[in-house]
Amino acid sequence: MSATISHSFWNNVSYNARRYPLGVAGGIIMIVFVLAAIFASAVAPLDPFNTNAKASLAAPGPVYLMGADMMGRDVFSRLIHGARVSLAVALGATIIGSGIGCAVGLACGYIGGWFDLLVQRVTEVMQALPLLVMALVITASLGPSLRNTIVAIAIPLIPTVARVIRSNVLSLREMPYVEAAKATGMSEWRIAIIHVLPNTLAPLIVLATAQLGSTILTEASLSFLGLGVPEPYPSWGRMLSESAAEYVRTAPWLVIYPGLAISLVVFGSNLLGDALRDALDPRQRD
Amino acid sequence: MAPVLEVSGLSTVFHTRRGLVRAVQDVSFSVNAGETLAIVGESGCGKTITALSLMRLIPQPPGEIVSGSVKVDGTDLLKLSEPEMRKMRGSKIAMIFQEPMTALNPLMTVGKQIAEMVMLHDGASKQVARDRAVEMLHHVRIPEPARRAREYPHQMSGGMRQRAMIAMALACKPKVLVADEPTTALDVTIQAQILDLIGDLQKEFGTAVVLITHDLGVVAEVAQRVVVMYAGRKVEEAAVGDLFAHPLHPYPRGLLGSIPRVGSARGLDVSPDERLREITGMVPALNDLPPGCAFAPRCSLADAKCHAQVPPFELKQPDHFAACWQA
Amino acid sequence: MEQTPLVEVSGLRKFFPIRKGLLRRTVGNVRAVDGVSFSINAGETLGLVGESGCGKSTVGRTVLRLIEPSAGSIKINGNDITAVGKQDLRALRRQMQIVFQDPFSSLNPRIKAGEIVGEPLKVHGVGDRGEREAKVADLFRLVGLRPAQMNNYPHQFSGGQRQRVSIARALALDPGFIVADEPVSALDVSIQAQVINLLMDLQRDRKLSYLFISHNLAVVEHISHRVAVMYLGRIVEYADKTALFAKPLHPYTEALLAAVPLPDPALKRTKHRVEGDVPSPINPPSGCHFHPRCPYAEARCRVEAPVLRDVGVGRQVACHLR
Repeated sequence: MSATISHSFWNNVSYNARRYPLGVAGGIIMIVFVLAAIFASAVAPLDPFNTNAKASLAAPGPVYLMGADMMGRDVFSRLIHGARVSLAVALGATIIGSGIGCAVGLACGYIGGWFDLLVQRVTEVMQALPLLVMALVITASLGPSLRNTIVAIAIPLIPTVARVIRSNVLSLREMPYVEAAKATGMSEWRIAIIHVLPNTLAPLIVLATAQLGSTILTEASLSFLGLGVPEPYPSWGRMLSESAAEYVRTAPWLVIYPGLAISLVVFGSNLLGDALRDALDPRQRD
Repeated sequence: MAPVLEVSGLSTVFHTRRGLVRAVQDVSFSVNAGETLAIVGESGCGKTITALSLMRLIPQPPGEIVSGSVKVDGTDLLKLSEPEMRKMRGSKIAMIFQEPMTALNPLMTVGKQIAEMVMLHDGASKQVARDRAVEMLHHVRIPEPARRAREYPHQMSGGMRQRAMIAMALACKPKVLVADEPTTALDVTIQAQILDLIGDLQKEFGTAVVLITHDLGVVAEVAQRVVVMYAGRKVEEAAVGDLFAHPLHPYPRGLLGSIPRVGSARGLDVSPDERLREITGMVPALNDLPPGCAFAPRCSLADAKCHAQVPPFELKQPDHFAACWQA
Repeated sequence: MEQTPLVEVSGLRKFFPIRKGLLRRTVGNVRAVDGVSFSINAGETLGLVGESGCGKSTVGRTVLRLIEPSAGSIKINGNDITAVGKQDLRALRRQMQIVFQDPFSSLNPRIKAGEIVGEPLKVHGVGDRGEREAKVADLFRLVGLRPAQMNNYPHQFSGGQRQRVSIARALALDPGFIVADEPVSALDVSIQAQVINLLMDLQRDRKLSYLFISHNLAVVEHISHRVAVMYLGRIVEYADKTALFAKPLHPYTEALLAAVPLPDPALKRTKHRVEGDVPSPINPPSGCHFHPRCPYAEARCRVEAPVLRDVGVGRQVACHLR
């Protein structure tokens, strides 16, 4: 039985891969970055923490592929190690934020009444504060660490996701197929899981991939203010923000390569997200 | 009397990812002043695309009117430039839609929308146009027209909005009115009011009306001539009495047999438990039409010839045309 | 005809509160259904007609407790479903099902047709997986679909076929009672006939009872045994089909019938129109709700609401004048 299931699963994957080449490209980008992050120590040619005064601000060359920073650390190696922090923050915060937001939105749409009213007002207050300010307050009170950074960035994501999911749930609950399921005697809980949740997938994926990029940038800002992942561990955001003002003219590689890495991840996740949204929708097949 | 509207050989296609969709193929008809021609058919038969083609409102691309002519008072609309056509819309040929809510601008008062039309086409001054708008609303029997003119579409009921749209369409006294399912979204009692209204205004203004509908009851009630369409082509055309009394093509015959009737109240012969006659199968996809008659797969009379060759649309009886090898 | 009805509804009311402001205080009510009573025998179809906003769809949903009624009792097979708790109600749902108007939104686009039809069986734990699949295949054949189509998604079906899938889902648990809410209104004329015939065949073979809700009088006349006419939340006339269509008693029924366009150009109709729009159910007219549009209205109609009273065998009308 499981053999046939996995067989059809791979059939499905290869079918969709052919239909969504851009999605495959996005997937490959993401996989490459994730692998680089996991095997950072093996992939990185040099020690990312090793300073070398002689190599300060060295231009890209055979030893320092992407140049070196002010302290003579290899940019390429730091980028690879930085992928750990940046991807952990981006994926972690997005998944946690979207997951909790989704649950809250679902609960609001379903329970309604006073609970909904209260949660709505709270999310409105949260939304009134910029993402960064909220994250700042949270990390400032929790103290800087990777885990706290993820939490600090995830929490401000919750209201947006919750509101989108809530409004989606409210309209989905009125769908005749939900009523029909109710009429068969299905429990509300099962209706929510089988009929409502899967149909909120499309907006959720779009929202989550859009947020992925902003989480990396928020992390950069936090790190810049000394509230992100503590030194000396590299993150893309900090590599970028530390050098942006000072070295953009004299040592542009310090800015270009981290910027490129961030852009690639955002681009890849968007491509993958769009393809996933379509591939998971049976109406797109024929 | 020369017909006000003469359509001949009209063909409209859509270039889609799934291939060429022949939405309207070689459709011809003419309508005299004060006359109503109904175009009937089911969804996907091309009736709405025909209506939009008359107005040259086909989105282009993906749509394209590939051949034919649409003459209003002798002017071929398909030969006009877009600015010239814009002048024709509203002043010579106007259209009303199924859902007035989407056809009226929600951010403008109804009176202002009508006045804009009048100013645009008749070059009337603001004051004159405003008075005309109120006069038109009065004409379509909207109570308190002066107050209603200052209302927004959402403040009106469905029937009221449809009246407002008719007022707007007729404000410049066009020669031709194209009505696309004008009463489908309305309740029966309101539908009756609107059909009466269109009929009365038509008599008063001598407008030629092209009525697009799927409802054979509406056709019988208001039309003088009927064109039946199926899968983008005309399959039958006749005077309304002829068509309902002895339809020639199996499709309209099937349609007439398949509708239940409000009958016993009028002493008609309707036995209560009689099965409705079905037309089996379903309408073919327009990008994948069978080689012969498009109706052949659903037709009980179809033979080898029907499946192989498209039947010509020809005169079968005096003033009664059909496209069928068997009729 | 002396039998206990399968469905007995009495004094059914459904008011929707209108809430305003930060605290969502109730400032008024939409009296969607305002005291509706009827009964349906086994194997019988009751047609419920009326124009938009008359409350007929709310009746259909409230009868199945998909919406909680504000008042009244609903007995199905003798069980008052308004008096039972959620668990018991779920079990009782096996006896009553619903078919909706819109063939597009009534099926979850992400679920295969076979699973949609099998869902009720799964919910009630009928049979094992294989037995359920066999039963779903039978249901597909019953409604005129091919079992091979079980693997298709809803968008791969035409409107008429989707309606067949909906009907198969409704039949899965062998209910005795089905609410059909405008089941053919969204379909093309030639497809309407197929679905109406299917519903009537199923009724004959399985002794089903239908509450058939429609605005289309011709369809209602064709399929119903008895007919109830609703106007602004109330039944204004309730009669045997033949009697009602032969001689409508309530002025509103009369107006409805007169307004239906007949597919026969030889019949020259007398123009006999009611004026005006259907008033809002938030603030319905005093007395008889129909009086502002009624050509016969008298002073009494404006102040006193007529009750539905018997006028002959199995016939009721709510009008002071008839």
